[in-house]
Formats: sequence, structure tokens, C-alpha cells
Amino acid sequence: MTENDILAAFAEIVYDVARIDPTLVTPEKRFVDDFDIDSLSMVEIATAAEDKFGVSIPDSALSDLKTVGDAVNFIAKAGVAA
Amino acid sequence: MTLTTQARILALGEYRPERLVTNAELPSTLDTNDEWIRERTGIQARRIAGADETVVSMAAAAAGKALATAGIDPVDVGLVVLATCSMPTQIPGGAAQVAQLLGTTAAGAFDVNAACAGFCYGLSVAAGAIQTGSAQHVVVIGAEKLSDWVDWNDRRTAIIFADGAGAAVVGPAAKSGIGPVEWGSDGKLSHVIAVPPGGKLLMDGPAVFRWTTTTLAAVARRACSKAGITPDELAAVVPHQANLRIISALARQIGATNAVIADDIVEAGNTSSASIPLALSRLLADGRVRSGDPVLTLGFGAGLTWAGHVIEVP
Repeated sequence: MTENDILAAFAEIVYDVARIDPTLVTPEKRFVDDFDIDSLSMVEIATAAEDKFGVSIPDSALSDLKTVGDAVNFIAKAGVAA
Repeated sequence: MTLTTQARILALGEYRPERLVTNAELPSTLDTNDEWIRERTGIQARRIAGADETVVSMAAAAAGKALATAGIDPVDVGLVVLATCSMPTQIPGGAAQVAQLLGTTAAGAFDVNAACAGFCYGLSVAAGAIQTGSAQHVVVIGAEKLSDWVDWNDRRTAIIFADGAGAAVVGPAAKSGIGPVEWGSDGKLSHVIAVPPGGKLLMDGPAVFRWTTTTLAAVARRACSKAGITPDELAAVVPHQANLRIISALARQIGATNAVIADDIVEAGNTSSASIPLALSRLLADGRVRSGDPVLTLGFGAGLTWAGHVIEVP
């Protein structure tokens, strides 16, 4: 799975949880400042991403994921074969 | 009394403190607003107890109403179980004082601290006491004055927690109206909801949200299975009123497609062990459930602890 594939699948999760248009979910976007996503929605996104990508995203890591790119990189490094 | 005696809830009672506090009326020092609170919790208002409204007095008021509705004389109560985690004193517990206010010293009395799951634990203990013949009638109360324990400068908790009491009178029945309890605990997460010694209530909201939305639907389904029914047969689901977003997520996951989902939190806030009897009492008063309906209760909170069972509406 390439980072672009991860990004596309991740954008679907962001849409399911927060109803953000997937075309707007690009690496430089910030969850809080650009999408107004709160901490509970971030947990929903994380648990959905854990299911979809088979990775673990603990709460301790979650607070460091400020942008879409941060999340995609985390998922890529956490075990999805590139 | 024979060993075949079963137990059911005979009546409910509630006490909601006089003072209603809307989101707009919260202290400005919390740096929040109505929209922010509603989006994150679903709460629009909550009851905050006054100085003369204590855990014990609210518990006794709710229990007194439940006994009056059931038509049971307090001297015929064999056991008083007070579920609470917000007594102002560590010693003594509050249950004996509640019994005394009700007008009896003939009842055994003890407190249960299983936090927001406490009422379900108490109900299960009550059913057991009746089934074994230890008591004929048991009063189970969830009562909290959490406003004493929150840090009124911490918006993570001050906007959520509130005060109140709900009670049930449990008595003998030919057919069980309190299903087998499905309970459990996880002490490794004891830190996510805690009052440190000498401190105020702290909660790691995202950790609690993750725990509740990834594990508790399975608990709910097991509770239904133990009672011999499927989630789509439930008339209502009464989860602990923790946060409307947790409640909504659980409702979707449980698959109780024909059930009313209790939402008392909107006007009552999170009253910990009081929230389930308060929410059930409200559903009954509003005609959203009827006597005899099967309802799933699901308590969960600090400890961590959880407990759920299918009960029959009195």
C-alpha cells in the first residue's frame, strides 16, 4: 500500500467520522485548525484507522498527529507495507 | 421463602436538585460556551445541589418516593444499598443514614463504590439477597454530589459532572425481572478517571471514549444473551449517561434497532451512579417505556468497572 493509497483510505475514514469532503483531506491539512475535529472525533478516526490498516495508534501518539500527513506517515511506519 | 423466589424492580424514585444550571450559566472562567459543550457532550443543562442537598438527603428523598410508589413500608425493607462515589466522608458510609432517614434501623445497609457502574452492581446484589432469602425488599440507590469533587476551573470535567439521585425498590416475584449481570473490571486503567488524595476529579476523556466505544457493545450483547433475548427485542437501552457521543456510538454498535435510547444527560449531565435510575425513571414518566418492557442497563466508569443486565420496567 503506497502512501497515496493510505491517504485515500484515510480520507474515507475522515469523511465517515467528521463529514469532511475527501478531496480536501490533503497532507498539509491540520485536524483542529482546518477541519475543527475535536479530541473525541480524533479517537474515532484512530480506532477506525486501527481496524482498517491493522495498526495500533495509542492515545499517547494521537496527540502528536496534528496534520493529515502526520497520520498517514504514522500509519505507513506502523506496519503497512509500502 | 423458598429458593425459587425471584426478584424484580417494584418501583422507581428520583430526586433532582432544585438548581438547574444551563451551559450559559457555567462560570466564565471555564473558557467555554454552549455550542462547544453541546458538540462534545450533548449536555444542555445539569442540576447542581445546594448546601442542604447532600448525597444522603438526596438518596433518602429518591428512596422515599420509590417506597411510596411501591406501597412498601420502610420497616419492611431488609437491605439498603447506596451506590455512590462522592460521599463527603470516607467513614462512615451513607447507607445507614439513608435507612435512618427512611425510618428504619431494621435494614442492613452498605455503600457500593463502583463509580458509574454502581447502580447495576447494587441491583445485582439486591436480586441475590432476595433470591437467597436474606431480604424480602431491598432499596438500591444511586446518589451523587459530584459538584463537590470537580475542579471548577477544569472544563474537561466541570461541564460534564452533576448531582442527583435515583432509587429502585426491589422485591420478590414469581418470575425474574432482573437478568443475570454481565460485569467486569480493568484495574490497569484505574488512572483514567480518578481523584488523587486531597485533590479533585481528573478524567482522561479521549481514553475513556476509546475504551467505551471499542469494548462495551460486546458487554451489552453478552448481557442480552445471558437474559435470553436479542438486542432487537429490547424496548430501551439505558446506558450510564456519560456523554451523548458515547451513548450514540454504543447505541449504533449494540444493534438495538427497536429500542428507545435514554438521553437524560441532555438535561441532567453525568450523575455517575445516579444516571441510570434517573434516566430510566424519566423514560417511564414520559411514557417512552411501559411496565413489563425489557430494558438493557449498562453502567461503566472509574475503576475501571462495568456491569449490565436486562431488567423489566416496573
